Amino acid sequence: MQLNKTRYAQLTEGLKPEEMLLNMGPQHPSTHGVLRLELITDGEIVKEVIPHMGYLHRCFEKHCESLTYQQIIPFVDRMDYLASMNNDHAFVMGVERMMGIDKDIPKRVEYIRVLVCELNRISSHLIAIGTYGIDIGAFTPFLWCFRDREHIMNMLEWASGSRMLYNYIWVGGLFYDLPVGFEERCAEFISYFKPKLTELNQLLTDNQIFIGRTAGIGVLPLDVAINYGCSGPMLRGSGLKWDLRRVDEYSVYPELEFDIPVGSGEMGKTGDCWDRYKIRTDEIAESIRIIEQCLNRLQKELKRSPEFDPRAKLPKKIIPKEQDFYIRAENPKGELGYYFICDGKTEIPKRVKARAPSFNNLSVLPEISRGVLIADLVAILGSIDIVLGEVDR
Amino acid sequence: MNFDEITDLLRDKFGDGVISAIEKTGLQAALQIDPELIVQVCEELRDNNNTWFDFLSCLSGVDHGLEKNKFEIVYHLASIPHKQQLVLKTIKDHDSNSGTLPSFHSVSDVWRTAEWHEREAFDLFGIYFEGHPDLRRILLPDDWEGYPLRKDYQAAEEYKGIKIN
Repeated sequence: MQLNKTRYAQLTEGLKPEEMLLNMGPQHPSTHGVLRLELITDGEIVKEVIPHMGYLHRCFEKHCESLTYQQIIPFVDRMDYLASMNNDHAFVMGVERMMGIDKDIPKRVEYIRVLVCELNRISSHLIAIGTYGIDIGAFTPFLWCFRDREHIMNMLEWASGSRMLYNYIWVGGLFYDLPVGFEERCAEFISYFKPKLTELNQLLTDNQIFIGRTAGIGVLPLDVAINYGCSGPMLRGSGLKWDLRRVDEYSVYPELEFDIPVGSGEMGKTGDCWDRYKIRTDEIAESIRIIEQCLNRLQKELKRSPEFDPRAKLPKKIIPKEQDFYIRAENPKGELGYYFICDGKTEIPKRVKARAPSFNNLSVLPEISRGVLIADLVAILGSIDIVLGEVDR
Repeated sequence: MNFDEITDLLRDKFGDGVISAIEKTGLQAALQIDPELIVQVCEELRDNNNTWFDFLSCLSGVDHGLEKNKFEIVYHLASIPHKQQLVLKTIKDHDSNSGTLPSFHSVSDVWRTAEWHEREAFDLFGIYFEGHPDLRRILLPDDWEGYPLRKDYQAAEEYKGIKIN
């Protein structure tokens, strides 16, 4: 079969004398991991960006074809390693729906799941904000974000035994109940963290240098965002109120009050880097609201009791009926989806495909960074907030 | 528009042959679409005001193994204004030992999301997409041999003289 000349070949073969092919990464600090960008530049102007991925490919889908559903959960942790709880939650929900046990999960388990997921969402957004600051040249927010994130890491380690890769949410329940005193410590953290978030906003969000570097840069129009499958803060930054926690109403999110921040072009144009950044800080505030409500319920009507067993509903054998099923959930980075195919006979899925939000969000990079300066490309890439573990899987 | 109305809409527009089967076994119903018409069907579903599937969530390749000799592409569509989801499938018979690649039409002109997803399916399943503007490997190195997610894939013994174990 004769392959047509690819766009890549057309771009790289016909370089003009003034153009230069420049490699950025895979060891470049602002590519947030092992991403290689091939730039066609004319002086400081980026004419074309060609992303190359795969440096962190660990054959997630191939491994899934030889593991049981419960065994896959640790692998799922390692996709978006900054938001492992959220990955687990989506995966577990998918398996539970296929098994038909999603309605039997005790309320306390569901609230604990949402609590840890929102804590993890805050820590993921803190990384996004901190490293974005350092990309632009602001060093202090990075240290502040990591300092506060460490508190969350410690709490989740206390609950699950692991600092980043938790394997805490299981099909039908949880690994363990929350440790005694967790709710109190979490409430303490929230009251500590709220003024810190205000400080962070004063330091970075309203910083004139930061605004100058991000406002009006990398504008992503809404129709382009939808066409490229962007989701999460990318899509909301472009002005669309689209949050799967509200759209699909999974878990106990319908019982919780929170708003969906959307970009409005406050500092520049709707869908610019600053809007995407601002969505993340606003979402941290919303996550804090969700956590407060969860803690309130976990300490009152869903209080811990000696009879409560988070493993009570764990199925002995996870063998879903013959079917295929696509589950989607709102991760810190966007829509995370899993596509399962089960044969109905074994505990091992026939196929699991992960639809990673970073993978789709990254695909829009060449489109919105044509004609920008190299320094702005760094700002745009940082505002997309990719995790390479998820892009490459 | 619910699932049955969408089925009727497609049959009215493209004739009865466009839907070769309707799967209603699992939690999500799926339409099996004639592989030759998939691009037109997708365009219709995207542009029709009553369906408006403007968001492609996921595109997955599936290999049904050596006994069945079938390759499949599954499209998960979502409509943002209507808050709906739809699953489309296209299946083609193909013998893995024939030395050629199974070939499907690319929907990357309908949704740009498909561009990288199709590259991934090409990379891992060896499915060729006609009309794709940039069909290259995406996750594996350019000189990788074979297509790892195929059921008959044998893991390589060495890569460029380096033993794999």
